[in-house]
Amino acid sequence: MTTAAQNASSARPPFIGTNVPRTDGASKVTGRAAYVDDLPREPGELFGATVRSPVPRARLRGITLDPAFDWSDVTVVRASDLAVNEVQCITAEQPILAADQIRHAYEPVVLLACADKRKLAQAVRAVKLDLEPLTPILDPEQSLAKVDVIWGEDNVHKRFSITKGRADLPDPAASAAAIEAAIASSEVVVRGRYTTHHQEQLYIEPQGVIARWDEKGVHVTGSLQCPYYVHKALVHGFDLAADRVHVTQAVTGGGFGGKEEYPSVIALHAALLAQKSGKPVRMIYDRKEDIEATTKRHPAICEIVSGCDRDGTLRALSIRILMDGGAYMTLTPVVLSRGALHAAGVYRWDDVRIDAVAVATNTPPNGAFRGFGAPQTIWAIERHLDRVAQELGRDPMDLKAQNMLREGDTTATGQTLRGSVGVAECLEKALTASGYHDKRKAPPAVRGRVARGIGASVFMHGAGFTGSGEKHLKGRVAVDLLPGGRLRIRTASTDIGQGTETVFRQIAADATGLHLADIDFAVPSTSYVPDSGPTVASRTVMVVGGIVERAAREVAARVRAEQETSGGDFAAAADRLLTKEREVTALVQYEHPGWVTWDDSTYKGDAYPVYGYACDVAEVEVDLDTLEVTVTGFWSATDVGKAIHPVMCKGQIEGGSLQAIGWALWEDVVWKNGLIQNPRMTNYIIPTALDAPPMHVDLVEAPYAYGPGGGAKGVGELPMDGGAPAIAAAVEHATGLFARDLPLLPERLLELQTNRKG
Amino acid sequence: MKITLTLNGLSREVDLPPLVRLLDALRGPLGLPGTKEGCGEGECGSCTVLLDGEPVNACLVSIGQCEGRAVTTVEGLSAPHLGPLARCFVDHGGAQCGICTPGMLISAEALLARRPDPSDEEIREAIAGNLCRCTGYQRIVDSIREAARERREAGGAA
Repeated sequence: MTTAAQNASSARPPFIGTNVPRTDGASKVTGRAAYVDDLPREPGELFGATVRSPVPRARLRGITLDPAFDWSDVTVVRASDLAVNEVQCITAEQPILAADQIRHAYEPVVLLACADKRKLAQAVRAVKLDLEPLTPILDPEQSLAKVDVIWGEDNVHKRFSITKGRADLPDPAASAAAIEAAIASSEVVVRGRYTTHHQEQLYIEPQGVIARWDEKGVHVTGSLQCPYYVHKALVHGFDLAADRVHVTQAVTGGGFGGKEEYPSVIALHAALLAQKSGKPVRMIYDRKEDIEATTKRHPAICEIVSGCDRDGTLRALSIRILMDGGAYMTLTPVVLSRGALHAAGVYRWDDVRIDAVAVATNTPPNGAFRGFGAPQTIWAIERHLDRVAQELGRDPMDLKAQNMLREGDTTATGQTLRGSVGVAECLEKALTASGYHDKRKAPPAVRGRVARGIGASVFMHGAGFTGSGEKHLKGRVAVDLLPGGRLRIRTASTDIGQGTETVFRQIAADATGLHLADIDFAVPSTSYVPDSGPTVASRTVMVVGGIVERAAREVAARVRAEQETSGGDFAAAADRLLTKEREVTALVQYEHPGWVTWDDSTYKGDAYPVYGYACDVAEVEVDLDTLEVTVTGFWSATDVGKAIHPVMCKGQIEGGSLQAIGWALWEDVVWKNGLIQNPRMTNYIIPTALDAPPMHVDLVEAPYAYGPGGGAKGVGELPMDGGAPAIAAAVEHATGLFARDLPLLPERLLELQTNRKG
Repeated sequence: MKITLTLNGLSREVDLPPLVRLLDALRGPLGLPGTKEGCGEGECGSCTVLLDGEPVNACLVSIGQCEGRAVTTVEGLSAPHLGPLARCFVDHGGAQCGICTPGMLISAEALLARRPDPSDEEIREAIAGNLCRCTGYQRIVDSIREAARERREAGGAA
């Protein structure tokens, strides 16, 4: 058996770049991994449930508990029981429970807990809400037009503007006039309006938490991405000292952003019931409740006007983005920001004006979902360039290649790209692997009622928090020395399936020369791990992995110094050091590279320290009778900087791409009067193994000088960005139908076909 | 009502109302939480178990229907050691968040029991009732194909 000491002192091949077995793999394939609802029942435990509004907007006049029902063993919590009725997110505008106003369907109004699940369901039906319905605002354009005021003074959650070149003027009117003039003076002007729809994250494990109180304060264990978000919400909601709130992540069955901010709500609810009942409370949503009540991807409308030269050189760009934030602001400003920052695509423009606005509607709050605003705007710009290519009689990918950002070019925010720009290689590899050019040149292949087509997209995605976000976050990790020369990583970055705990071990092992088995990964619990920042924004490997690397190196260096002074092997030196100092821990805080500058007031500078790039290609078959689209092949070449674990990296790309394919073709939240008509897996359709195409992924490595493990960049969100426009381009190639609106359902394509014929 | 069944090869008796879902019986009184609930209406396949060798959704089967029959859950697939199927899911990226994995493994086991050398299309067909939101399925297909190869080489034993 090898020991830590032997491994530390003898050179071994690196773990980084190899496909080590995932360290949580064995527990997941044997059924031993304990997700929140697998945790054993605690003595006296109650189940929790939520009474929700059946209407999207109303005055709440009263709450009646049916006097015929036996309430003796049911705990009831209403807004009037709460000392603080605010969910702390960016601000605290969302109530924990509706008090007198209902602002969206499914808004929580009353919380119930009971030991008997069946009685609990009856109790939910025995609560009567006295509601005076009001006319809801369900359309973001009506909200922007202030048909009625439903949020703040003007329904506006947030506005941003980005300006460049001739449009870079402080006065908005002058800037707008300047971009209009710049476009008008261009040789070719193209206009378009592109829309995208809601998407449900549909993690297969629904949201759930268990809450209990004891002399140490409140304890919440749950399915969640960001333990410190929940911590912050509980500190605020119960007005507690930070050390009286203990949030622990259970094994988490997928998140995709859906378990970023929402777990704060369910944690507050369960903790309120646990506080009032004095018993542990388990709150697990069923699928219908999860789809109805929790966050979704923001719908967006993008209006684009562009000007270019006849030779295809892009010149001027004007974009208006309107996002639907839903009833409360929650994370909408950040989603809008990321959408705006990606709206110009992966292209050089001389003059730019982007105006982004998000407004409230009487629908459940929209929130974090992989890509975080970018898939919406990338859909728009990619489709728009396909239109420009049509106008110029060019192949869209030739036009895009001509205008792609290179090292030294500047983005819409004036950021000069300083390297790690692998986009040209991505384009080359994906187009070659898929046979794009040959298939495009051939005439549309129609066999019987099936038309085949191929299409592509090229795009980039910022890694890490936007602008000054990482500077504010100051993410931290700790690495402890353990007896026998082993190490333990303590971080709030959670593994929600993407492989964090495996990849962090690879990074720490290679930073120290230790073996993987010598590195422990602590359960993410706020009582025990420092705040590494949230598990979001393609930041875990690049940002937090980077400080894991530094911290591990620091601890190993102290052991080696001890070895040099007093001899012995690594393990012996570690034990001596621990005896002497009792605790040997490196606590390291993230620092942005010094050259990163960002101005929040002007939205100028280095929006992200670095970007990931990719080119996606989709091949489709369209049934010309039914207009159903089948994706028969999917290729992606993705620049990840450095693949720490190539199989997991490809797993991110393939999984994200399939979510993009689902969004493009099938996934559609159907609304009627503010209510969701298809809140079930039976009728909200995500792709099965038969719907999913074979995937061919190439990893491109243009290393980022400040990334861990030899240059890793973020990869989590990027694969959500390019699938939809690649499919739309393929459908266009097959049928000549140019789609501007998602999803590409047969009825939408029929509409396009009918309008074309008409 | 007393119900006797063979669970993962062992005879077990439970005393439950016969209409209790097999899923609740497994996760509760029978103490096997490896079988997961994702939707409760037979769509996601997270609760797939073998009933007399056939894959079924344990959320749609009542415990009463299991009288005298054999039920295999994920806990029964890898006892006492990880077989090639489970190991290949670990080695080839077939599991990410892991919540669909128990059901996916059961469907794959049912396939390999009748088709030792399945095509990719047959693999996709066999797991079409098991939804995965993480992987895009490609690596699950790869894992099952590789496990099939290893099992054939080992002489068909699980």
